[in-house]
Amino acid sequence: MPAISIAKSPQPAATAPQQIRNFCIIAHIDHGKSTLADRMLGITGVVEDRNMRAQYLDRMDIERERGITIKSQAVRLPWRSGIDGQEYILNMIDTPGHVDFTYEVSRSLAACEGAILLVDCAQGIEAQTLANLYLAMENNLTIIPVLNKIDLPAAQPDKFAEELANLIGCKPEDCLRVSGKTGEGVEVLLDQIVKQIPPPVGDPKAPTRALIFDSVYDSYRGVVTYVRVVDGHLSPRDQIQMYSTGVRHEMLEVGVISPEPIASNGLGVGEVGYLITGVKDVRQSRVGDTVTTYNNPAKVALAGYKDPKPMVFSGLFPLDGAEYPMLREALDKLQLNDAALVFEPESSAALGFGFRCGFLGLLHMEIVRERLEREAGLTLISTAPSVVYNVTLDDGKKLVVTNPSEYPDGKIAEVYEPIVKATILAPSEFIGTIMELCQQRRGVQKGMDYLSEDRIEIRYTLPLAEIVFDFFDQLKSRTRGYASLDYEPIGEEVGDLVKVDILLQGEKVDAFSQIVHRDKAYAYGVSMTGKLRELIPRQQFEVPIQAAIGAKIIARENIRAIRKDVLAKCYGGDITRKRKLLEKQKEGKKRMKMVGRVEVPQEAFIAALTTDSDKASEKKK
Amino acid sequence: MSEISNNYINLVIKELDLVKIKIAESISVSSIFFGGGTPSLMEPSDIGRVIKKIGDNFDLTNKTEVTLEVNPDSVDKIKLQRFFDEGINRLSIGMQSAVPKVLQTLDRTHNPENVSKVVNWASEIGFKQISVDLIYGTPGESKEDWQTSIEAALALPISHISAYALIVEPGTKLAAQIKRGEVEQVDDDLMAEKYLMADQLFTKAGFNWYELSNWAKNESHSKHNLSYWLGENWWGIGPGAHSHLNGERFWNVKHPNSYKEKIELNQLPIADSEILNKNQIESERLMLSIRLTSGIETKSLNEKQLNNLAGYVDSGHLNHSDWQRGRATLTLDGRLIADRIVREILL
Repeated sequence: MPAISIAKSPQPAATAPQQIRNFCIIAHIDHGKSTLADRMLGITGVVEDRNMRAQYLDRMDIERERGITIKSQAVRLPWRSGIDGQEYILNMIDTPGHVDFTYEVSRSLAACEGAILLVDCAQGIEAQTLANLYLAMENNLTIIPVLNKIDLPAAQPDKFAEELANLIGCKPEDCLRVSGKTGEGVEVLLDQIVKQIPPPVGDPKAPTRALIFDSVYDSYRGVVTYVRVVDGHLSPRDQIQMYSTGVRHEMLEVGVISPEPIASNGLGVGEVGYLITGVKDVRQSRVGDTVTTYNNPAKVALAGYKDPKPMVFSGLFPLDGAEYPMLREALDKLQLNDAALVFEPESSAALGFGFRCGFLGLLHMEIVRERLEREAGLTLISTAPSVVYNVTLDDGKKLVVTNPSEYPDGKIAEVYEPIVKATILAPSEFIGTIMELCQQRRGVQKGMDYLSEDRIEIRYTLPLAEIVFDFFDQLKSRTRGYASLDYEPIGEEVGDLVKVDILLQGEKVDAFSQIVHRDKAYAYGVSMTGKLRELIPRQQFEVPIQAAIGAKIIARENIRAIRKDVLAKCYGGDITRKRKLLEKQKEGKKRMKMVGRVEVPQEAFIAALTTDSDKASEKKK
Repeated sequence: MSEISNNYINLVIKELDLVKIKIAESISVSSIFFGGGTPSLMEPSDIGRVIKKIGDNFDLTNKTEVTLEVNPDSVDKIKLQRFFDEGINRLSIGMQSAVPKVLQTLDRTHNPENVSKVVNWASEIGFKQISVDLIYGTPGESKEDWQTSIEAALALPISHISAYALIVEPGTKLAAQIKRGEVEQVDDDLMAEKYLMADQLFTKAGFNWYELSNWAKNESHSKHNLSYWLGENWWGIGPGAHSHLNGERFWNVKHPNSYKEKIELNQLPIADSEILNKNQIESERLMLSIRLTSGIETKSLNEKQLNNLAGYVDSGHLNHSDWQRGRATLTLDGRLIADRIVREILL
């Protein structure tokens, strides 16, 4: 076994750059990245077998349950090469695996010299992996193509080796074959990391510059900042300074993860580790920012820093209005660990007090909502996600609209909406249905390539608003789950957009308002009023449901008043039973939201998030 | 039949003795009700023994209401006369409908013509209190069918009508037939129209509602039913019978054999019981009293309950002038959504 003990391995702050290899693993959600990472921890001896939990590096429950990694971490692995017999330090930087976290991914990649492109050889490469691969290539990373899960009966390593070779311009036989599950091929992979990936290069004498590639809030230690030292040196005695804010911090601790945090004497050029400064909020220690020292600050920041920019907005409201303060507290707490999450108080006539929240994308939104519900025990109603519209009024005034209820009525000169470049990978049999979907969603085709004989890459530009409106679910259902999607914002375009309001009993329900393309407004109005008619139970009075653009009604449905809601018989033995029945019905009523005088079930708010074809297919089930 | 009747009544009489020991005080019985199953199949002399036993063990007065449920096919005039002689002073006749196809769907086998025969005989014998039960909303019953049944009932010399909307209980044959699509769904809107039709025709004929599903001429209210709705005490005798005593509910074992075994061991045949807490007692009071013409005294409601009800006064579901006089009472429209209103004030 070429593993070496941690105590005897090269120590932090005393490891020559030539001995260091920094790499990450690019993989799709279920392609086995965490299993492979766990296996590397075991083989290099940093985790003893008996301490191994499955997917050691994914810490949060949600991550573990969904099998995805949201926040990256960096692990220092000592390794004696089987090729030259020398001792090396491999820093494995775990990357988030989803489209919403492209920026975080790009920073993780910027901390590395090489990347393992890990592909499940029963499934082939997926769109997000491809996107991250392109990012890695743009960052000039050395790519090691690896086919995983070779132990599976359905594995087709030859087919997918061909595909990978086409993509990165290598030979099919250059693709390594491993099984994270059995460990087969993993030692060879570790040796190849040493051999193929170049060591980091930096100036140890220059003013210190370290790249923040992750920042995590820990309730005991405050913010833990993960850095890669590019130039100079970080020592525990330093006072550090964040380049973007200029704020100075005392260094409380610096160290490496292996795989638990171990304090060290510092970090030198090319090294990866963590630092703790007592900061309580990740927004003061932002991903992409440059850490330098206060006494000898760097003149130039490392390239590529961006403020996280929310792309998707949604209102979050507690079902029980009394839980509003708890929601605020929970959001505050979450924000300590999520620099991309923004929120401000919002009050809705229909839903009461809540928060308008901005997210990086749909997954980010889902994760935040799920964490709020799970960790704070809240029951939430979320409104349909909206994108950011830049509106110019007739009088030249400009507004930024992230909430359909704030969309001005009339007097609009121009509206700009965000546009994304979408890449879809799928088996070629689905070309037709994918193109049909993209066309329906106002897409413009930009190109198409065959990745292999029966797999295609289709590129479209689409309004982001069309993507956030259940595009991914539609894509999945039309391609029996085979298609994968990646998208990135590329700017904004003028759109012919209108706001469709929904009125219950003549009163506008702001939570149901939606900004849609003018050509689709009528269909949207008909579909929403129809859906609400099905979902809202009959009340003791008639409830008209209308869809309107401004003052113009474009669709109308009616919920007739309930005529009868009474049990005829109530005698001796029935009394207890009837009381229990009424009590149960009363409980059901509590899960309704009062909109004016109308009881609206939670499902009605969720329905606003999906299209009709979903509902039709559900009915068929 | 008579031997079965005799043996069973022996057990009932024994249970009455056990009840007397349990209650251990002299109480006045305002109502005796023979119902559940088909008590009109029993020997009148056996029914008489039960009445006498109750009179021996407790106090009966000449105002005590003694009701017998009657299946129209199970009696002739002579038998009715004997029931009258044994002390029965009120009959409740299971008419259900006057339309044969409706009776068939309900699985009631009696000949509708027998209803008028029985009621007329009873009247000739001297019964002053005669009630018929009707059911509306049976699948396949048209509005005209229902009107036929109402008119058939109103043509009889009766003092009281109960009219119930059909409840399709899960697990019944009818529920299965509806599920299989053999019998059409029950339509709540049609039910409502039928209720309104019934109330209108009953009222015109001099029958006034005093509980959601009950109408009476000349204040011939059923004392028995009122005791349920006013939360009074009652004791149910026989297998599966329910009782209520000062906030405690209990019920007898269901199977006749286990009933017999318990009685023969000189034990009350109680299967289980439930003690109602204060909120449950109050919830039941609200749930039951709202169904009566007298409604609920608003003084007994808290602020939240009053607020919740105010909207129903505005919408015409609760009577406006009664509300101002301190009572929450249902209007005709309100009667149709009584459960909805009760849910607003349930504790």
